[in-house]
Amino acid sequence: MKLEAITGTKKVVTGNHAVSYGVLLSRAQVIAAYPITPQTQIVELLSEFCATGLLKAKFIKVESEHSAMSACVGAAISGVRAFTATSAHGLALMHEMLHWAVGARLPIVVANVNRAMGPGWSVWTDQNDSLSQRDVGMIQLYCESNQEVLDTVIQAFKIGEKVLLPVMVILDAFVLSHTSEPVDIPSQEMVDNFLPPYKPQHYLNIEHPASYGGLTNPDHYFEIRIKIEMAHRAALKVAEEVDKEFQEKFGRGYGLVEPVNCDDAKVIIVTSGTITGTAREVIDKERRKGRKVGLLKIRLFRPTPRERIREILTRAEKIAVIDRNISFGHSGIFAQEIKSILYNEPRRPPIFNFIIGLGGRDVRPEDIEEIIDYVFKKDQPTEDFTLRGVRL
Amino acid sequence: MRQKLKRKRQELINKDFSPKRWQEANQIEELMNPGHFACPGCGGALAMRYALKALGKNTIVVIPACCWSIIDGPFPLHCLKVPLYHTAFETAAIMASGIKAGLEIQGKGDISVLAFAGDGGTADIGIQALSGACERNDDIIYACYDNEAYMNTGIQRSSATPLFAWTTTTPEGTPKGEPKKNMVEIVAAHRIPYTATCSVGFPEDMIAKFKKAKEIRGLKYIHIYAPCPTGWRMAPDLMIKVACLAVETCLFPLYEIEEGIRYKINYFPKEKLPVRDYIRIQGRFSHLREREIELIQKKVDFEWDLLKKRAGLSGG
Repeated sequence: MKLEAITGTKKVVTGNHAVSYGVLLSRAQVIAAYPITPQTQIVELLSEFCATGLLKAKFIKVESEHSAMSACVGAAISGVRAFTATSAHGLALMHEMLHWAVGARLPIVVANVNRAMGPGWSVWTDQNDSLSQRDVGMIQLYCESNQEVLDTVIQAFKIGEKVLLPVMVILDAFVLSHTSEPVDIPSQEMVDNFLPPYKPQHYLNIEHPASYGGLTNPDHYFEIRIKIEMAHRAALKVAEEVDKEFQEKFGRGYGLVEPVNCDDAKVIIVTSGTITGTAREVIDKERRKGRKVGLLKIRLFRPTPRERIREILTRAEKIAVIDRNISFGHSGIFAQEIKSILYNEPRRPPIFNFIIGLGGRDVRPEDIEEIIDYVFKKDQPTEDFTLRGVRL
Repeated sequence: MRQKLKRKRQELINKDFSPKRWQEANQIEELMNPGHFACPGCGGALAMRYALKALGKNTIVVIPACCWSIIDGPFPLHCLKVPLYHTAFETAAIMASGIKAGLEIQGKGDISVLAFAGDGGTADIGIQALSGACERNDDIIYACYDNEAYMNTGIQRSSATPLFAWTTTTPEGTPKGEPKKNMVEIVAAHRIPYTATCSVGFPEDMIAKFKKAKEIRGLKYIHIYAPCPTGWRMAPDLMIKVACLAVETCLFPLYEIEEGIRYKINYFPKEKLPVRDYIRIQGRFSHLREREIELIQKKVDFEWDLLKKRAGLSGG
């Protein structure tokens, strides 16, 4: 197998393999991973790439996800580009080391296939796994299509390496991970032209023997933490620039958020992941019916493009946030986020929250139509969130 | 009786354990600066000092949560003359493996990566990652400095705490009821190229073993006997003595295992001392009655005989 034969061409690939191609073209140098459904195909294909020499990387077949992330931290601090992929319980097991990667300011890329948490065991999609990692400080990007998955992996390395933060690229279980779509796989030359080799600012250097991550007393810790926050602020601008450059070089861009028909929309639906694709269809249909409905896709969840979201949403009369997740005892997580962003605005449209599709329950166009009908009929939400498609 | 014990203890303290063996070690280049944060008489601090003397400058050290998280000094201080990476409690082995993989892909595979963990980080919380690294035979040196309890958090029992020992979680009246986990045998069962024990009381043996480990590819596991005066409830000036007595009583024999099967005992005491001599100078065992000491003696004799058999069977 030659690299030229499988890149620089259009192929029909699954979301998982789109990740693998993205990692191949990004020339990851150390990969460490542990199998978990529905992620496993990502690392299976990467194993093949490494075995055939297409990808000149060390692949450490670790004994747990905790070790997968630890190995990536070790590799990154030695000065190389590191990657791992996981899902659900694997991500939960990594949790401690996600904090470590952030605190150590290492630009590791983690692909997470959104899968529901057990028990009962579920391999199907929802967002509670990645959203449970909201506060570790990683950049989080939610993808809608397999093309976006591949492109976002390449962008993720560039964003992470510019601001020194780890980046999570997120795709829905099965709806993307195991579903094939035509994907434009760029040539290595194009990707090299976009993503230069990783040049670490800090690494374990025999010539300059320093200690990293040691005991940090209250005189220093606060500042170091706030520098992570500053990196997140910088990441907003960097992510935008990187996406713009990507658009120029590859002819495809996604934005940090994507407004669809929002300019004159009375109701704006907020989505993330593959529900966005379904919502696009519904919006078109509703528009044809004469209803002024818009869609806001959240791609970059952390750092949150707050300004941009405010700018778009404050123009609407009503907002409907669709969450494929739940923060038990509160509400949907995206809805909480949107509410907090708009709270201090003089113009605050009512925000409806819909929780739908947990554990991979199908989210159909009809569900979104019903949501739109519901919001159009009501002036104000009458409950903290509304459940859709649940039998109680 | 009490007077007799006191006299016996003093005799032991005064006994000469050949200071000559330190002279040679002291002449090798120091890669550890003075002014570290260890307690007086820390076996763990000395263990690092000897390990680095053997491995030299071309070494990267990985430290999980353990006493060494403190000993190296708080940010921005650093007492070693080699790079050090602090990591989470259970990750010493895999962190070293990750670093080594990164170095190898950059053509810097000649750098030794030393994971340096305590007994809790090795035998308890870190055993999974260590077993994984052993099974993959990652090219790292894993050293466990064994002070037989969670000393950094204030003397809580670990699975490496010996039978009948006092700790803050095995308090007076309920000493530890289980024997010490045998990490050396567990690790050797992975058939890694090199497994060895050493004691900070025997620097020449320890340095030789680390030097040997440096030249071997694959996973090297070295279990260092590193007494903790603070946690073992004894005077700091007894640390070396206890480290020697553990070996002289055959409670902690010095041996090595190649490929997990070829045993070699590196030190045979001229006169095998009774474990009582070792036990009676440590406060953590002060509650022990004679029959408990006898039981420990029986166990030590059994293990020593077993080890000799193993070494004999494999021609060591």
